[in-house]
Amino acid sequence: MNQFLTFVQKEFYHIFRDRWTTIILLLLPVVMLILFGFMMTTEVKNTRVAIFDPSRDIATQGIINKFTTSEYFIVEGYIDHPREIEALFRKGRIGLVLVFSERFHENWMHTGEAQVQLIADGSDPNTASTLTMYATQLINAYRQESLDLPQTPLQLTPEIKLLYNPTLKGSYNFVPGVMGMILMLICAMMTSVSIAREKETGTMEVLLVSPMKSIQIIIAKVVPYFFISVINLTTVLVLSVFVLGMPVNGSLGLLIFISLIYIFVSLALGLLISSAVDRQMVALLISAMVLMLPVIMLSGMMFPVENLPGVLRWMSHVIPAKWYMIAVKKIMIEGLGFEAVAREFVILCSMAVLLITASVKRFKYRLE
Amino acid sequence: MKLHRATKKDNPQPSRSSGTAAPAGSTSSYSVVCQSVTKRYVNNTPFEKTTVLAVEEVSFAVERGELFGIIGPDGAGKTTLFRILTTLLLADSGTVSVEGKDVVHDFRKIRNEVGYMPGRFSLYQDLTVEENLNVFAKVFKTTIEENYHLIEDIYRQLEPFKKRRAGKLSGGMKQKLALCCALIHKPTVLFLDEPTTGVDPVSRKEFWGMLARLKEEKITILVSTPYMDEASMCDRIALIQQGRILQIDTPRAIVSRFPHPLLSVRGNQPSKLLHDLRSIPGVRSCFAFGDAHHVTTGDKSLSTDGLLEQLRQLGHSEVVIQPVEASVEDCFMELTRGESGLTTEKR
Repeated sequence: MNQFLTFVQKEFYHIFRDRWTTIILLLLPVVMLILFGFMMTTEVKNTRVAIFDPSRDIATQGIINKFTTSEYFIVEGYIDHPREIEALFRKGRIGLVLVFSERFHENWMHTGEAQVQLIADGSDPNTASTLTMYATQLINAYRQESLDLPQTPLQLTPEIKLLYNPTLKGSYNFVPGVMGMILMLICAMMTSVSIAREKETGTMEVLLVSPMKSIQIIIAKVVPYFFISVINLTTVLVLSVFVLGMPVNGSLGLLIFISLIYIFVSLALGLLISSAVDRQMVALLISAMVLMLPVIMLSGMMFPVENLPGVLRWMSHVIPAKWYMIAVKKIMIEGLGFEAVAREFVILCSMAVLLITASVKRFKYRLE
Repeated sequence: MKLHRATKKDNPQPSRSSGTAAPAGSTSSYSVVCQSVTKRYVNNTPFEKTTVLAVEEVSFAVERGELFGIIGPDGAGKTTLFRILTTLLLADSGTVSVEGKDVVHDFRKIRNEVGYMPGRFSLYQDLTVEENLNVFAKVFKTTIEENYHLIEDIYRQLEPFKKRRAGKLSGGMKQKLALCCALIHKPTVLFLDEPTTGVDPVSRKEFWGMLARLKEEKITILVSTPYMDEASMCDRIALIQQGRILQIDTPRAIVSRFPHPLLSVRGNQPSKLLHDLRSIPGVRSCFAFGDAHHVTTGDKSLSTDGLLEQLRQLGHSEVVIQPVEASVEDCFMELTRGESGLTTEKR
């Protein structure tokens, strides 16, 4: 046991004496979470809106009030003529222009029809469609409120309600993805690199000619990275709850439990990689190319898995991060219990068992 | 394990000296016994398949407490041989036993009791001297204190630097630390693969002094080196070239068997001198040896004076010729000269 503990201590020395390793291990989760959580979001906040309103009546005022109070828009001001619109967009300050028809309220009340035009910059289609969608929602909301008036004729309007994430916050999708990514990166990459380093520097040769069994070497290598992963998991959870405003609707214990299983899967993957390669550089590249890209592309973090073409969708099933993300979403956002994540739990467990068995079997106790 | 895969060529056993080949029956007084070990590396690339014969039909036996040197140039197969002996590689054919245990079946037991120092510096560069020693002590389930007497002489020199990272030590210091780490568990057999390569001459001398002291502890030591001048420090040596053992004996016996009178020829134009010497009929062999050239003459017809005269005709004025005692290096050159016809066809 003493032998084992000394070895674990040695691993910690390796990690903390290399300043860059330490920085990467401890700051990467923070940086990634901030990058993905804030910058890569599809939300559009604080968009400046210009308004052309020839009517200036209570209906247009009501709609404009909706815009003023919304966190997505800032009402920049009124314009006097539709000709100014193009120039405004060219200046790039304005993201959306609201154009009301003349005698808006009067027409609406009498004919039941009034026009409002939304003009957005289509050169960025994603932002434009998001903006127009928000704006439409605001206008509909105003109409909904005015529906209380008794003389309004019967209308059938679909009411959209987005469960669990009513405001469509991007972080709801990214935080589970970033958790899946960081844990995979730290566990798989760092373990495989650290074992490859022992091989590259020749220390593995000395360790092999010693009473230490290969399984002991492996476990001693894994322990420090397991601890660091737990620290990272904590950082990510704290940041996403307090900075990104993610809820933890389900049981925190269950969330941690499923994360630990996922950490095991990642560690096992790292070991499997290290059993196949002898150089740190190769270990690094394989972890980056073979693990990171699929995690980002195929796990559902960037693109919905349902949209992937057939082969890729099939491939996505073997990506642990996909199942982990599904489970995290179910627990954190939907607040579901264990029965709901049983399938993901079983899949992750069998992946862990399979990978650990394979890597222990493949670990060489000679040089060839 | 396939025992009969080895390709046998015309020349049977390279070791010609008597009483040094591995005895078939008793292994009791022997610590390491190596019998006709062959190892090839197969290099499979998409374009070609090449086979390199790293070790071929190597046999020797090392007695308990002996300091046994394996001496040969780079690429002679020393490291491969050491890795087979330390259970790190499997031989294609042949058997090896260390302390009576087979390297294939009992490798765990062997790993418990031998000490191994690889040719490359293989300690943790980011750990301090003390931490390295502690890690290796713990890996072998012992403590620094328990066997401190073994490493005391060596470690005392390292003590001032014990808080320094191993990567920041000088070459000689690194080797001393590596030796300490290989010794800390009191191994019965110590395998040192080129411990003095890349080390300054003073540290090399010190290192050999340490090995001599370790011999008193009854530790069997196998050491490989490309430096022929270190041969005399060993009890017995095996000369190895291109994976084959040329001769096994005590350094003195090997030197005494040198078949020809040897002359040292010194001049002020060394490279021209070497070239001219080789062109003189009657000169059997001529090799650069430090700042002189060592020459053997094939027949008695070419006397020292005759040689001097011929060199003078070739324009060498200040030439000094002296008869010298053969060294291990001369023997090695002589032996590889004889083997050269055989060895070149291999690769």
